[in-house]
Amino acid sequence: MRAPVSELPIVFDDTSVLAGSVTILDRITLTLAPGAPTVLIGPNGAGKTTLLRLAMGLIQPTRGRVTWGGRSQVALTHRAIVFQRPVMLRRGAAGNIRYALATAGLARSKRDARVDELLALVGLAGLGARPARKLSGGEQQRLALARALARDPQVLLLDEPTASLDPAATNAVEDVIRAVTGRGIKVVMATHDLGEAKRLAGEIVLLHRGRVIESGSAAAFFSAPTTNEAGRFLAGELLM
Amino acid sequence: MPEDVSALQLVLTADPALGAIVRVSLVVSVSAVFFAALIGLPLGAWVALIRFPGRGAVIVALNALMGLPPVVVGLAVYLLLSRSGPLGRWGLLFTSQAMIIAQTILIAPIIAALARQTIEDLWVEYRDELAAMDVGAVGRVITLVWDARFSLVTALLAGFGRAAAEVGAVIIVGGNIDGFTRTMTTAIALETSKGDLQLAIGLGMVLIAIVVAVNAAAWGVRRAGEHLAG
Repeated sequence: MRAPVSELPIVFDDTSVLAGSVTILDRITLTLAPGAPTVLIGPNGAGKTTLLRLAMGLIQPTRGRVTWGGRSQVALTHRAIVFQRPVMLRRGAAGNIRYALATAGLARSKRDARVDELLALVGLAGLGARPARKLSGGEQQRLALARALARDPQVLLLDEPTASLDPAATNAVEDVIRAVTGRGIKVVMATHDLGEAKRLAGEIVLLHRGRVIESGSAAAFFSAPTTNEAGRFLAGELLM
Repeated sequence: MPEDVSALQLVLTADPALGAIVRVSLVVSVSAVFFAALIGLPLGAWVALIRFPGRGAVIVALNALMGLPPVVVGLAVYLLLSRSGPLGRWGLLFTSQAMIIAQTILIAPIIAALARQTIEDLWVEYRDELAAMDVGAVGRVITLVWDARFSLVTALLAGFGRAAAEVGAVIIVGGNIDGFTRTMTTAIALETSKGDLQLAIGLGMVLIAIVVAVNAAAWGVRRAGEHLAG
């Protein structure tokens, strides 16, 4: 396990995000603490992606504040995010990781070994020379994970990392997420897939219309949800 | 047609006069593309990535300058470089350098405008990823220019095409001096007016062949690069 992280906890303190007159996140108060993965669930438009971008520091809250390890201004050095549709840079798979290593400031002499290590971690060993954009969807998603890990993050934010992947590719991505968690990296991920949430989550946050409806341990959430919305969501009803 | 045969023989026998004209043309055009790329690529990237007051006007101006009339540019450069002009002491009028300056002014906006569009399109794709990797402004420009390099070849080709085909500016600032500043286009204009159609046709064939060859080579490089880089 790595040393105690300085980016955690990520605290959202009465945080709102507005786009014009539309409220995307509505007075969120939430703490993302070290430990097992936190999984954000909820219907489309619930605010999951915006919450991840806020946690990454890519957007600023309209009101309230976000702190990382008690600080409100922290460089992105130890956070990484994989977007729902990650964009591969126009270079090889290894080149994508090497680029991320360079931006993270890793010495040039150490990059090749680290590239090999990361490609192996995500099951892409031997594909380093392949143009990244010519990899399959599942391979691109794993390469995006490797590229994010190249920054040696303490917090890894994943926006629906298995959306539109087949079961085999989903399984491969989930294996990487478990391996990453085993290394002491805090994973915060959004998903639509309740099965995936059950398989991976230590903590669940249910969002609906920009608000946190329910949050807590995954075991408690799935066995005894405390809110009407959570019960309906678990029962497969559409939250409108 | 007898004239066509003579023109072809002129080309096939590597006529020295024809060779000198082709050499001057290539030196001037390639040099102008080089200097215009030095100006146009960073300018295009800067306009693509940086938001500043009046950016829309700059984009409109760049696009409008793509249609800059060569004779107007030639006249402006002539006035600058003429003996009584502000840069007259440089003694560049009626030299290849003057032609390169005029063509650089003509094609830099073309390269800048096309580069801006290419880089801005790629920036829309890359913005989130580069922001997440905390890449600074200079790093973004370098990354985008590098990753768009095969697409930017098109911008350079457009510049080369304009330079190679241009006659108005170079004839004003170069003077069409035999052996020094005579290019294929100015020679074609001169020989046609003199009625020496063999040389004019020969030069036209060479000019078209060069433009086709350069475009074919660039297309090949672009295809190979895209295949390798994805």
